[in-house]
Amino acid sequence: MNGAWMTVLRRDLLLAFRRRSDVATTLFFFLIVSSLFPLGIGPEPAVLSSIAPGVLWVAALLAGMLSLTRLFAADFADGSLEQMLLAPQPLTLLVTAKVLAHWLVCGLPVVLLAPLIGLQYALPNDALFVLIISLLLGTPALSLIGAIGAALTLGVRGSGLLVALLVLPLYIPVLIFGAGAVAASQHGMSAQAHLSLLAACSLLSLVLAPLATAAALRISVE
Amino acid sequence: MLTVDGLACLRGDRLLFKNVGFELKAGGLLYVLGENGSGKSSLLRMLCGLLMPEKGTVFWNKQTIKKESESFLSNLTYIGHLNGLKDDLTALENLTMGARAAGNDVSEDKALAALAAIGIERCANLPARVLSQGQKRRVTLAKLWLAEGKLWILDEPFAALDIASVSKLAAKLAEHLSSGGMAILTTHQDVTIHAQSVQTLRLSE
Amino acid sequence: MSINWFKYSSPQAFYPLAGKMIPWFALLATIFAIAGLYISFAVAPTDFQQGEAYRIIFVHVPAAWMSMVIYIVMAGWAALGLALNARLSAMMAQALAPTGAIFTLLALVTGSLWGKPMWGAWWVWDARLTSELILLFLYLGFIALQASIDDPRRADRAGALLALVGVVNVPIIYFSVKWWNTLHQGSSINMGAAPKMAATMLMGMLLMALAFWMYTVVVALMRVRCIMLERERASDWVKALSVSAGEKS
Repeated sequence: MNGAWMTVLRRDLLLAFRRRSDVATTLFFFLIVSSLFPLGIGPEPAVLSSIAPGVLWVAALLAGMLSLTRLFAADFADGSLEQMLLAPQPLTLLVTAKVLAHWLVCGLPVVLLAPLIGLQYALPNDALFVLIISLLLGTPALSLIGAIGAALTLGVRGSGLLVALLVLPLYIPVLIFGAGAVAASQHGMSAQAHLSLLAACSLLSLVLAPLATAAALRISVE
Repeated sequence: MLTVDGLACLRGDRLLFKNVGFELKAGGLLYVLGENGSGKSSLLRMLCGLLMPEKGTVFWNKQTIKKESESFLSNLTYIGHLNGLKDDLTALENLTMGARAAGNDVSEDKALAALAAIGIERCANLPARVLSQGQKRRVTLAKLWLAEGKLWILDEPFAALDIASVSKLAAKLAEHLSSGGMAILTTHQDVTIHAQSVQTLRLSE
Repeated sequence: MSINWFKYSSPQAFYPLAGKMIPWFALLATIFAIAGLYISFAVAPTDFQQGEAYRIIFVHVPAAWMSMVIYIVMAGWAALGLALNARLSAMMAQALAPTGAIFTLLALVTGSLWGKPMWGAWWVWDARLTSELILLFLYLGFIALQASIDDPRRADRAGALLALVGVVNVPIIYFSVKWWNTLHQGSSINMGAAPKMAATMLMGMLLMALAFWMYTVVVALMRVRCIMLERERASDWVKALSVSAGEKS
């Protein structure tokens, strides 16, 4: 059982490694979107640092969402997904392995890149630190919730846009707590309440989202 | 033992088949015949539990496959229209990782032997992307040589295979059946497989 | 005497029953609406702060209630449909969604109409309006997902799952929006903090809510009848129905 879980994780990581350019695309997207705002708004550091938490979080959210379509689509098209459904291991567990691989490949790099962009937005050091922590706690929830949307829209017309419509409203709490944490630390307040709520979101998604994703996959493969 | 009772399949508002029932015992082989679009593939997917039947139930050892899902799935090897191969992995990686992801911890040597058995060991280290249709199919079928389960459900296993591979596969099927296995397959080719009991199920309008 | 409820869980049996129920619910909707409108326009006193403009809450508040209640009812039908694999439940969920979306939209529009004279802006990021907006997104997602899946059975089940995921998330979203609102704006602008509600006002709102409820039932039943005919057009009972309709005309 552990073996199957590890194999799914390793296979997805290996595939991502062999398709490195796809991973780079997500990161570039994150970079470009967050570089557009100063160009549209103007370079005053005070303005930039006040919008930074929201902009960086929204950019991270969009980058994560764009990569969602890849989570199951290739497996669906080549038939590995139905083989996964027929594995004797619980599908919910195998789903967590796939989501973890997705997060390691698409979520974690964004978390690591974010402080660099934070510097462009004139964020002070402690806010940068809170930004990393908030992204680290929040992006797993994005991957987990997004997986439900990705599974529901498999093989559906215009699935890329549809996924956005389904998933973005569900991302709102994560966005509010995540951006709120950074803003709180900017204003010299404690970000602890926000971060705890963010962690709670991730934990709750870890419990519930794989169940929903597994059910959605069964529906979509029919 | 696989028992099927009163299966019906609805696609859109078209009833593909109804009242399909049969019983498959150890050593039994079942051919599913029918024209294109008569629901052969849908039936096979229903037997695996991938497709929910409109009516009827599939039993594995007298229990529904939903209830007995772990024992049923660990006995099941399904090969559908799709090969389930990853283009960016080599043939060998595809085979070993595919088996391990299904909980069957095979060694690399065993996987190589399986590839050799269907005559494709030369391609073991090539990415699946560069293989031809027939070669891909053979890599997929190689997992039958690794399978430990009793029930094989194969959708068009002989399609796109050359004559030599067809006879290798037929011999493997006969061996599986003689050792107490069961097989359900659809085919358009006339291939003789030796088995103790052969049943035929014809789906028609 | 026992009624066999399961008999009515098949579209064939439910179709005529729904047809018989529609006029009665329509009648109830009209009665409640007349009574509710009478109270809200003639009986309820003019507000000393807001003048006559406040009367829009007799539409706004019931519409907001309905938008939430319908989502929950829809999710309930969806869950039932998933659990029992009942076609009728999924059809009911599908039939309720557009009405729910319309009430959400109505709550948003009336909210902003009320906001203009109150706060001098068509839109304020007030907690309740923001949650209504997100609820509208959830409804639209449900409708879009169902519309883009061709196979009706898959559309039903996928939609049902989405509705369930949504209903788990609604309280979390509502809480997060409320928290966000209190952090960013304070409580100076808050519809929830309206002056103490007089009994007549509450009465008016309740009557309007009942009227909306009955209207929802009517529209949902009409829509579910259309869905049934479309889905089951190949079945014998629909064919028999169209033959008998042909003979009458």
